[in-house]
Amino acid sequence: MSEHQYEPKSKIGKWFNDRLPMLTLADHLRSYPTPKNLNYWWTFGGILTFCLITQIITGVILGMHYIAHAELAFESVEHIMRDVNYGWLIRYVHANGASMFFLAVYIHIFRALYYGSYKAPREVIWIIGMIIYFLMMMTAFMGYVLPWGQMSFWGATVITNLFSAIPFFGESITNWLWGGFAVDNPTLTRFFSLHYLLPFLIFGLVILHIWALHVPGNNNPIGIDIKKPSNDTVPFHPYIVIKDLFALLIFLIIFAFFVFYSPNILGHADNYIEANPLVTPAHIVPEWYLLPFYAILRSVPDKLFGVIAMFLAIFVLVILPWLDTSKVRSAIFRPLYKQFYWFLVADVLILGYMGAMPAEGTYLLIARVATIYYFTHFLIILPLLGRKEKTIAVPLSITDPILGGMSNQSMTRNNQKFKD
Amino acid sequence: MKIFLKILFFLIIIISNYGQKVFAAENNSLLKQDWSFKSFYGKFDRASLQRGYQVYTEVCASCHSMKYLSYRNLAEEGGPEFSEAEAKNIASQFEVIDGPNSDGEMFTRAAKLSDKFVKPYSNDQEAKNANGGAYPPDMSVLVKARKGGPDYIYSVLLGYEDPPADIKLDEGVYFNKYMYGNKIKMASPLSDGIVEYADGTKATQKQMAKDVVTFLTWAAEPHLESRHRVGFKVIIYLLVLTILVYFSMKRIWSRIETKI
Repeated sequence: MSEHQYEPKSKIGKWFNDRLPMLTLADHLRSYPTPKNLNYWWTFGGILTFCLITQIITGVILGMHYIAHAELAFESVEHIMRDVNYGWLIRYVHANGASMFFLAVYIHIFRALYYGSYKAPREVIWIIGMIIYFLMMMTAFMGYVLPWGQMSFWGATVITNLFSAIPFFGESITNWLWGGFAVDNPTLTRFFSLHYLLPFLIFGLVILHIWALHVPGNNNPIGIDIKKPSNDTVPFHPYIVIKDLFALLIFLIIFAFFVFYSPNILGHADNYIEANPLVTPAHIVPEWYLLPFYAILRSVPDKLFGVIAMFLAIFVLVILPWLDTSKVRSAIFRPLYKQFYWFLVADVLILGYMGAMPAEGTYLLIARVATIYYFTHFLIILPLLGRKEKTIAVPLSITDPILGGMSNQSMTRNNQKFKD
Repeated sequence: MKIFLKILFFLIIIISNYGQKVFAAENNSLLKQDWSFKSFYGKFDRASLQRGYQVYTEVCASCHSMKYLSYRNLAEEGGPEFSEAEAKNIASQFEVIDGPNSDGEMFTRAAKLSDKFVKPYSNDQEAKNANGGAYPPDMSVLVKARKGGPDYIYSVLLGYEDPPADIKLDEGVYFNKYMYGNKIKMASPLSDGIVEYADGTKATQKQMAKDVVTFLTWAAEPHLESRHRVGFKVIIYLLVLTILVYFSMKRIWSRIETKI
């Protein structure tokens, strides 16, 4: 990306860099030209990397004290909370860290939706991101099972039972997942193993995500292609580093409030009761970050179609770059899309709320309407909007307030070349 | 920048309110107490913890176990802070089965600081059988295992009433205003003067409920004081660092003409 080839100054540096160009990589990361008009919604990439590393470090330490066994898991968590030095801190950071991770990832995803960051040429970044998101949900779900409390056990039972909806093979698949005929010790041990494995897959995908980002470079709030490096860009270090750090610190203050002053507010009280297969809790509720999908699952009357709808809800996000036909990226220049965007945000929040409520009466009705609207947004509104919408003129560059007058990205780009 | 902070601020308010609202909707009638451990720098009332232990051991412990606590915890910092001699004395009043010894025999001995709290029943079945089929839950994490936490336990302890005319209760079932489903198999455990406090505090029902709930909250969260203390420092540290980083950022970005 940078035009000059990096040359290490020292002889050793040159010797090493010729064999493994790590210094060139470091120089690329330092000088990486970033649009200078990025707002604070763009700081969540860095925040998410921090979250992942925090989860891995705290998780590895918890793994040293935790015992993955149906008879001992609950007790070992209490052992961590009581007897391990600062075990309470490590566990509360890990447990609340999961919630903060999802809070950040939702902001990150909705930022991409607003500014059209998923559009060409950034489709691959977006798809890798969606795979990361999916793996995150799996990891979080399996992690929630590990303390082996009532919600752990019954949450695992409900979710793994979804697979029994698959025709013909449903039952054998479910038994295979459980390692038996019910959620039990074999389920717990495999969940622990996978919960330890998946974060490292996520880590690898994060590297691909960043790599794919560094090919076309960052999108920006006005969503235009920019020349790099130019007047419109700043080097990543120190400009973006310090800004990301500032945002991260604010994020950490909120994080700290949860960890130190209400560490259990995002969890469910029932999970402090040891798992008991003979007693079903009154309401089985997943963690807050899975609630919208849970609402979609429950709003479909048929079990199999409910499961399909739930997975489809994620799949429409994966194919989003091809569903949104508009050539203009940023919602700033798309007056209609901007409104529909906020409808979607409200819709997802409503779905989340309905997921926490019992599936009956008015709640169920609202959840159904919200589910239908969710799919309508992606499958009908977005494809049509790209064709019908009258967009506002897009500027030629970030520094230059002259309007190029083209809503079509490629035309704007050509126009700019012509100008140069 | 301003919009960002505003939205973030609202988000925090919504999240914190949401939790409380869900809480309040289901427990709006709970008896609220001004717990000393609630605030940002909240600590346990040491005397109340010691009295609470007395209530637990003289009243609750005949049915409720506390399997995750050890006698040494009673002398640890941030808890009731009995002296080590007092804690040893408390432990020695209980008997535990140990062994096998060199002859291969199990034997009983007085409990030591390192022993876990002795359970009232040897197994769950015995516990159920002795309590009309209802299992008296372990109290180690009870406060965290109930929605409403300390307020809920406090309310249940004081929530016994005569049942309304339209509710018929079976033998051995009691009516409780705050209990989930209003039916409870435990008779009202506290009555005025059931224990005699060594420090001269009057053992009213409310006083005992408050003391025992304080004790149970500590039992569920033994490092609460440490958590509050560390948290206070961490947040102050982060605030100062944030301000410093903010000014460095302003300075760095002032090199180019753009607002952040």
